[in-house]
Amino acid sequence: MERTTLDLWVGIFVVLGISALVMLAMKVGNLGTYNGSETYNISAYFDNIGGLKPKASIKSAGVLVGRVTGIALDAERYEAKVEMSLDQRYQFPKDTYASILTSGLLGEQYIGLMPGGDEEMLSNGEQIRKTQSAVVLEELIGKFIFNKVDAPSE
Amino acid sequence: MSATKTISMIGHRVINAVWRIGMASRFFVLTLLYSGSSFRRMHLIVKELFSTGVMSLIIIIVAGLFVGMVLGLQGYETLQRYGSESALGVMVALGLVRELGPVVAALLFASRAGSAMTAEIGLMKATEQISAMEMMAVNPIARIVAPRFWAGVISMPLLAAMFSTAGIFGGYFVGVVQIGVDEGSFWSQMQAAVDFRDDIMNGVIKSFVFGTVVTLIALFEGYDAPPTAEGVSGATTRTVVTSSLAILMLDFVLTAIMFRGN
Repeated sequence: MERTTLDLWVGIFVVLGISALVMLAMKVGNLGTYNGSETYNISAYFDNIGGLKPKASIKSAGVLVGRVTGIALDAERYEAKVEMSLDQRYQFPKDTYASILTSGLLGEQYIGLMPGGDEEMLSNGEQIRKTQSAVVLEELIGKFIFNKVDAPSE
Repeated sequence: MSATKTISMIGHRVINAVWRIGMASRFFVLTLLYSGSSFRRMHLIVKELFSTGVMSLIIIIVAGLFVGMVLGLQGYETLQRYGSESALGVMVALGLVRELGPVVAALLFASRAGSAMTAEIGLMKATEQISAMEMMAVNPIARIVAPRFWAGVISMPLLAAMFSTAGIFGGYFVGVVQIGVDEGSFWSQMQAAVDFRDDIMNGVIKSFVFGTVVTLIALFEGYDAPPTAEGVSGATTRTVVTSSLAILMLDFVLTAIMFRGN
């Protein structure tokens, strides 16, 4: 089979197309940030998760350490159960404090982990006991208005 | 009297349309059946990849660049009102990867490569080259249609990916280089928001579906064209109109299936 310039052009076309896909996956998408490291799963119960969504980031000291994998309502406790998968490289003490925070005033919500002082570390399938719910803006505004109304009467 | 005429005309059109859909489906099945032999003769597919894919490269990349630049400008105008111009990268990337890349690339592909396919096959039929092949016991679907079909199906996702990539660079050029949006937040917010499986792979699946449909419509219209100069020109027009409408309608259906708010 002889080689023709036509083959070269088609080869260039296919290589360009595939490199465009790889570029989309690595540079634009999040495939590049999956470093293929092992993860472990933990869960936590929150009274109110606000606008937290699956795949939201989990940060500790501002560093991305994992992702939210699932959110469900626990039918017995009437609390939100949040499943998280954390990078195996990062271990957290058993008394770690999980709170739902917002990046910026109107930004996305994420879970912040504040490590405690326990000697033992959280392992796969365990649960974080100390949590703080999301701050719901409407509730804050409500409190603010009631305080204003109450203030003069006191 | 004219009322019955109108009704019978509408009925005639509907029956004709259904008839053609049935023929197109049979044509599709035949193409798939006979495509085995075209994979054994790869050089035929390579030749068609050249005329459908390589020749569409320039229009796809230039169009993608400009679409991305317009997205960058318009997105910046709107986002900076809310002080969130750092989300420009997210807007450009999601818009291109999910919708504009597959759809606009497929529309360009339909008018650039689809119309050429229809005209070529229609003219082959008008000059009785297809009858000549049948006479020589060469199956025209295996020899002419199947290689073009697979070339279209292979090149469409690649072209859509190139369109999106060019568009993101266009948005980057306008947003970061010219307007001065922060480069770090442009890329990092984009990476945080664009998911490989949900956004990029769904875009690829979309363009694959569009490639199949556009190529099928183009080939069927050409194969079914009346063997006259007028018939070929009408078939070429129908290819562009039908496939553009099919792309937009299918895009709605696919988007509804893939991106139901979760």
